[in-house]
Amino acid sequence: MQVSRRQFFKICGAGMSGSSIALMGFSPTSALAEVRSYKLAHATETRNMCPYCSVSCGVLIYTTGDKSKNAKADIIHIEGDPDNPVNRGTLCPKGAGLMDMVKSPNRLKFPEVREAGSNEWKRISWDDAINRIAAHVKKDRDANLIEKNADGVTVNRWNTTGFLASSAAGNEAGYLTSKILRNLGVVALDTQARI
Amino acid sequence: MTNHWVDLKNSDLVIVMGGNAAEAHPCGFKWVIEAKKDRKARLIVVDPRFTRSAAVSDFYAPIRAGSDIAFLGGVINYLLSKDKIHHEYVKNYTNAAFLIDEGFKFEDGLFSGYNAEKRSYGKDTWKYQIGKDGFAMVDPTLESPNCVFQLLKKHYSRYTPELVSKTTGTPQDAFLKICEMIAETAAPDKTMTICYALGWTEHSVGSQNIRTMALIQLLLGNMGMAGGGINALRGHANVQGITDMCLYSEVLPGYLSAPTDADVDRKTYLEKRTPKPLRPNQMNFPQNFPKWFTSLQKAWYGAAATDKNDYGYDWLPKKDGAYDVLAMFERMHQGKMNGFFCQGFNPLASVANKKKVADALAKLKFLVVIDPLATDTSEFWKPHGEFNEVDPTKVATEVFRLPANLFAEETASFTSSGRVIQWHWKAADGPGESKGDIEILAALFLKLRAMYAKDGGKLPEPIMNLTWPYRIPAKPSPAELLMEISGKALGDVFDPKDKTKVIVKAGEQVAGFAQLRDDGSTSCGNWIYGGCWSQAGNLTARRDNSDPTGLGQSLNWGFAWPANRRILYNRASCDLSGKPWDPKRTVIKWTGTAWGGNDVPDMRPDAAPDEGVMPFIMTPEGVARLFAPAMADGPFPEHYEPFETPLDKNPFHPNNPKAISNPAARVFKGDMETFGKAKDFPYVATTYRLVEHFHYWTKHSMINAVLQPDQFVEISEQLAQEKGIATGDKVKVRSNRGFIKAVAVVTKRIKTLDVDGKKVHTVGIPIHWGFKGVTKPGFITNTLTPFVGDANCQTPEYKAFLVNIEKI
Repeated sequence: MQVSRRQFFKICGAGMSGSSIALMGFSPTSALAEVRSYKLAHATETRNMCPYCSVSCGVLIYTTGDKSKNAKADIIHIEGDPDNPVNRGTLCPKGAGLMDMVKSPNRLKFPEVREAGSNEWKRISWDDAINRIAAHVKKDRDANLIEKNADGVTVNRWNTTGFLASSAAGNEAGYLTSKILRNLGVVALDTQARI
Repeated sequence: MTNHWVDLKNSDLVIVMGGNAAEAHPCGFKWVIEAKKDRKARLIVVDPRFTRSAAVSDFYAPIRAGSDIAFLGGVINYLLSKDKIHHEYVKNYTNAAFLIDEGFKFEDGLFSGYNAEKRSYGKDTWKYQIGKDGFAMVDPTLESPNCVFQLLKKHYSRYTPELVSKTTGTPQDAFLKICEMIAETAAPDKTMTICYALGWTEHSVGSQNIRTMALIQLLLGNMGMAGGGINALRGHANVQGITDMCLYSEVLPGYLSAPTDADVDRKTYLEKRTPKPLRPNQMNFPQNFPKWFTSLQKAWYGAAATDKNDYGYDWLPKKDGAYDVLAMFERMHQGKMNGFFCQGFNPLASVANKKKVADALAKLKFLVVIDPLATDTSEFWKPHGEFNEVDPTKVATEVFRLPANLFAEETASFTSSGRVIQWHWKAADGPGESKGDIEILAALFLKLRAMYAKDGGKLPEPIMNLTWPYRIPAKPSPAELLMEISGKALGDVFDPKDKTKVIVKAGEQVAGFAQLRDDGSTSCGNWIYGGCWSQAGNLTARRDNSDPTGLGQSLNWGFAWPANRRILYNRASCDLSGKPWDPKRTVIKWTGTAWGGNDVPDMRPDAAPDEGVMPFIMTPEGVARLFAPAMADGPFPEHYEPFETPLDKNPFHPNNPKAISNPAARVFKGDMETFGKAKDFPYVATTYRLVEHFHYWTKHSMINAVLQPDQFVEISEQLAQEKGIATGDKVKVRSNRGFIKAVAVVTKRIKTLDVDGKKVHTVGIPIHWGFKGVTKPGFITNTLTPFVGDANCQTPEYKAFLVNIEKI
């Protein structure tokens, strides 16, 4: 009987201990540590990708909770996805430490502003942040968007505000960023890809 | 990558040069080890340092940073003079036989048409001779002195092993040994692959470094083959996807070149970008440009885009010059910019010349940082001891910092270096009030749209007409967006061969870019991703990892652009009659009625071999370009010194001061003076990553900080002895732009080289430190680097510059 690692977890999770299943002659294709199976058997497994280099290794993220409305998911473990044809379950020293990136003490938690000339951050609400940024953007765009060049050609460019786009964002966020910025008239647009 | 990660296992010879895959891409590098283990493939590493890639290689040779074209040009000379090339391939699949304008010249380091004042070339003579039939003229005997093959031979005849060794510092015997190993793959059934990264791109001759290897791969017949190709090992998990979405000024999604002032209307714009075939019977695939562009306009403006208003052409901004990251900071430094957004980007740390970047940011009215982490850039105004000396009261920039989500907190697709688009799922919410990038951008856009609706303002049309069909406007879903990117029919789409037959019904997702139209009946956000979400659903989420052929193609895992093709130019893996050059590694073949096999053919499926349709379908000539007039700095790559060179001349052109460094590279006013000279800064410096760190991110991650806590630089035993430096000493490394302090590591892995009669020492500088993080605070390495980029794409020259070093 062929049993995958995750099927094995599920069998174990259904109430029998892993070792007694093994004694009965059912063993997973590869050996695994019994202790880990208990911990992860109760976790939700989500397929994701390592965000570091562009090998784009598949990762499995384990969270507490079962995705029910009142259960707040918390990431407890990240490991390589053995199904992924490229990384086949492996992760490098960077990828193996992904938990500490997700849980970094330097994660930003709320919007902040540093006022002109100030030496400190000030917490603000999302509404305040978006309203203030949008006011800056509109003022600069309305003042500096060039509708026609010296030859009278319609050019509709706004080159006094620039944007550096993330190479860690997904394709969907990247596409939407391009769609919005180009149509505001932004030409000063670049990405990490260049450097 | 023209090929993909797993395909590395199919190679007979792997070259790692301009990269260090074992440390920067460990889990991809495993496929190189598989090739060594299972195919008895050999691995060559050429690098200024004996890296961990070198440690598992079969042959390693040192090289001076910034001299790769001299080395590779020498390989070309070896292959041509020893006649170790794949003749049939070169003759038929490249432009070797094409005749070039009689006026084309290369003299004393400069190509014809050089304008010293503008530092650029006029390309009047860099072109094919065109016959009366309108097609490019060819000489199939390859004997005409003006055919590309003869010009190539002549150009590289100067790259003798003596001159190569003198310029690169690579010992001649090591260079010749590598030439021999490479030459073996000229056999039709042998392939070589190249794994390069930023060690090739981050030079003022970066694009030409890669071009030189492309020439080698074409001469050897390795493009399109399993285990062959040109493989850029890219840096970030989705840097390929963001490049494809074209978040840079030159192009719109799908590499559609952006309108400029010269493109006065849609007709002019399209005509310039829709080429005519240069040889008979060729696919000339870019002839479809109007379909791709019109479908993008429909995706963005929907019903507001009609043939009456040029599909909204005037709403797109026209570009009047360079807006790459260096040009932007130059403009900012001149006080020409007021606002700036950094989305997951830390330019204070990652752009050249930190001082110039910080001074520029201080001239802004507002800066918005959207990031999961507290980046150095977000605190450019804040004093952090000697690591960031600044007086905040003198910085009037208003800075906003918005918390964004990380990979684990978002459902999205990423595109790997191998062009495979893979879907992933959200595991948990981000911390605190953090939001996804989509939600943040949507909030800003919807606010602006409301303000323009209420108060009016300049040019509201593109803002008001932008399609926003998302069910929750403030939260466009990744699925909705990927469907928009992939494309759909707005009206019924008919078969071009039978106008009564509907191939896609209105409202359905298209199956691929072949179904796109230029009459407004289709919409597609990015044509090269066309079909990734078809009527069959989200193909990027496919997880069938089966590999029935053993080649590692896994065609049902995710979706590779274009058209789920895993190896680009795969028609070139077969001879003219359609038989694979190596039947044991069949990628595709002609079955008698159609192309088929183990990949999606890069060829019209019914193009019989006797029709003479050549494999490089994206060029109007159908063949690959050994001679490439599109390059800014020459149709053939030539060795030029880095802008900061330890030599006082270019050994290839010792008597021409104009040809020391890339004559066509852009240098801003005032920056030439910031370049250091060898008399003050005698050592070559190069920057790189460590296996334990990722750019400027993992300094925020505890385990990485524990593994590599403190900033260090690496020097050779010889230099250490000369300067009285021992491992563990604190040293100061200075360039003409600033200094960093770090711990010295004295290593046998860096050797002093003999270059042009002098000893050249290398200082190796890992990049990962800064003043924000959980590592020990450090100096930003890019304090040292010069503000000059590659002549073609403006990638800064981080990999070869000059420093001095002293013990403190």
